[in-house]
Amino acid sequence: MAVAATNTLEQVDWENPEQIGLWQDAWQRFRRNPIAVIGLIIVAIITLSAIFARIVFAFHLPFLPDYLAQDPANADLGFFSKGHILGSDYLGRDMLSRLLYGAGISLTIGVLTQVIYLVIGAAIGLTSGYLGGRADNLLMRFVDVWYAFPDLLFLLVVVSVFGASLFTIFFAIGLIYWVDLARLIRGQVLSIKEKEYVEGARAAGSSPMKIILRHLVPNSLGPVIVALTFGIPRAIFLEATLSFLGAGIVPPTPSWGVMIHDGYESIFAHPVEVLLPAVAIAITMLSFSFIGDGLRDSLDPRMRR
Amino acid sequence: MAVAKGAPARGALLSIRLPRTRGATLAFYVVRRIFWMIPVLLFVITITFVLMHLAPGSPWDRGGGRQLSPAVVANLNNKYGLDKPIWQQFLIYVWNVAHFDFGLSYQYINQTVTSVLLESWGATFTVGVLAFILIVPAGIGLGVIAALRQNTWVDFLCVGFSTFGAAVPNFVIGILLIIIFSVELYQVTGGNVFLPPGGFGFDDHLILPVITLAVLPIAYIARLARSSTLDVLRQDYVRTAWAKGLRERLVVMRHVLKNSLIPVVTALGPTFAFLITGSVIVETVFAIPGIGRSFVVAVSSRDYPMILATTILYSVLIAVANLIVDLLYTVIDPRVRLS
Repeated sequence: MAVAATNTLEQVDWENPEQIGLWQDAWQRFRRNPIAVIGLIIVAIITLSAIFARIVFAFHLPFLPDYLAQDPANADLGFFSKGHILGSDYLGRDMLSRLLYGAGISLTIGVLTQVIYLVIGAAIGLTSGYLGGRADNLLMRFVDVWYAFPDLLFLLVVVSVFGASLFTIFFAIGLIYWVDLARLIRGQVLSIKEKEYVEGARAAGSSPMKIILRHLVPNSLGPVIVALTFGIPRAIFLEATLSFLGAGIVPPTPSWGVMIHDGYESIFAHPVEVLLPAVAIAITMLSFSFIGDGLRDSLDPRMRR
Repeated sequence: MAVAKGAPARGALLSIRLPRTRGATLAFYVVRRIFWMIPVLLFVITITFVLMHLAPGSPWDRGGGRQLSPAVVANLNNKYGLDKPIWQQFLIYVWNVAHFDFGLSYQYINQTVTSVLLESWGATFTVGVLAFILIVPAGIGLGVIAALRQNTWVDFLCVGFSTFGAAVPNFVIGILLIIIFSVELYQVTGGNVFLPPGGFGFDDHLILPVITLAVLPIAYIARLARSSTLDVLRQDYVRTAWAKGLRERLVVMRHVLKNSLIPVVTALGPTFAFLITGSVIVETVFAIPGIGRSFVVAVSSRDYPMILATTILYSVLIAVANLIVDLLYTVIDPRVRLS
């Protein structure tokens, strides 16, 4: 191998250069970023154990105690108690089961809200960026006004008006934050549609729909994926905040925010009941933002070798 | 509108060209921005108003089996004007707001919303201002020091802090701080830094809430300051300054900071928005009797006038903060022109 290392120049076949696509290249660079890989591994572990827990609860398998089963005789147990590895809360419910159930809620909300963002944001961002003119102007005025809105207050009002449920929370978060994505996509489209290859396609008689699907969508995908990755921890954060403020997921369903809300009353006596979900939220959000940072670095074409 | 490269273009509603001097341009610009707030506020009021009245039930619903009698409900509706058609209620409300009358609160008997807000204003303002005083030097300091010592342990520490601070929600940070300083270190701190159930005092009770509120903006500003300082450090004029043999302090103060802090000023707008949404969370975590806390209570008890007034107040604050930031930008960077 030492010989190969000294003669790398001669090994390159200049007639047939190695073809690496954007995605392959991005993956290679992502893989070389240890922090991003750690984030990905942690998210994978959380996802798998959340799915495992849901299966256990659905079929009443004996691996985990039920997340709703109360047992006042065994309330406020510490770590490694009999039958409760992470202890139990003030009603004697198993902490590990509740954490894992909550992981499912957080991940579902994190990912599904991104679907809502993407659908609304892409539709409006693409049309306004592509059409320009009056439609574009209207959207941008709307975005201006929207940014003047104190978002958390609005979210609280929407959720309290429509009644707290998983669906309302998706709906409310999606409704408020699609604007960011629409603006991002519009910006991408505005810069891409001036490129020569789009002009070429138009000159060759491609329909607007074909130009959008063939050229605009694939070329603006990178930043959009990064934005969506950062959107996941934000949605998780918003759900936890709403639940913590008492406006989100309704107890006894154990989302992490609800667990913090519940345990907060007895923070002096049993800080662990608050600490566990708090740490879970922190780790999950950190992991997603590590992945986001890694993706941003690896999807940026300027960073390509 | 102050237009800088990379800054989002906002405003630019009217394009009448009147004034010639710089002072007149500025005055005209400020007036235009203030008028632009009116449609924004109308939009905010309309959306919030419609949403609240879409809700099934009424503010007089009580949990459990004990409901108010229909006669009482009718009286209450009459007193607060809820018996009129919704469009009339809306017009009356907008008319009153234009006269700075925000109506009576539903939950505090015979108190106007204005008086409730004035009562809780002090706590929110104190925490917010203290946090702001902490944020600007801490954020800029961390960012600039990290950039000057790039790729040393100081840099890694600062980057680590700003990653953590930006990713971890502030109520989690608040709770971690309470657990560390008020629960685990109770013997050392005497629990004093956490609010006991007795009440909120303007003393060392402020330490933890202010830090909690400040972490996210500090992280945000530190990140920005670091990358802009790194950019400036690579500029030719900085290399010239070094080559002239200037002392480090002189290079940093006179050549680097002066230019690297310009983009940081734009971050002050979002910082203000962070402080406002943060106030809702931090005041709940630390049981501070401020506006954010009273908003959460108002939402759960459907105190329509309180909800509307708080939303309006916060929207105005954000708009004014953005205006100040834009003006500040033109003062700091003479290349920026108002349009």
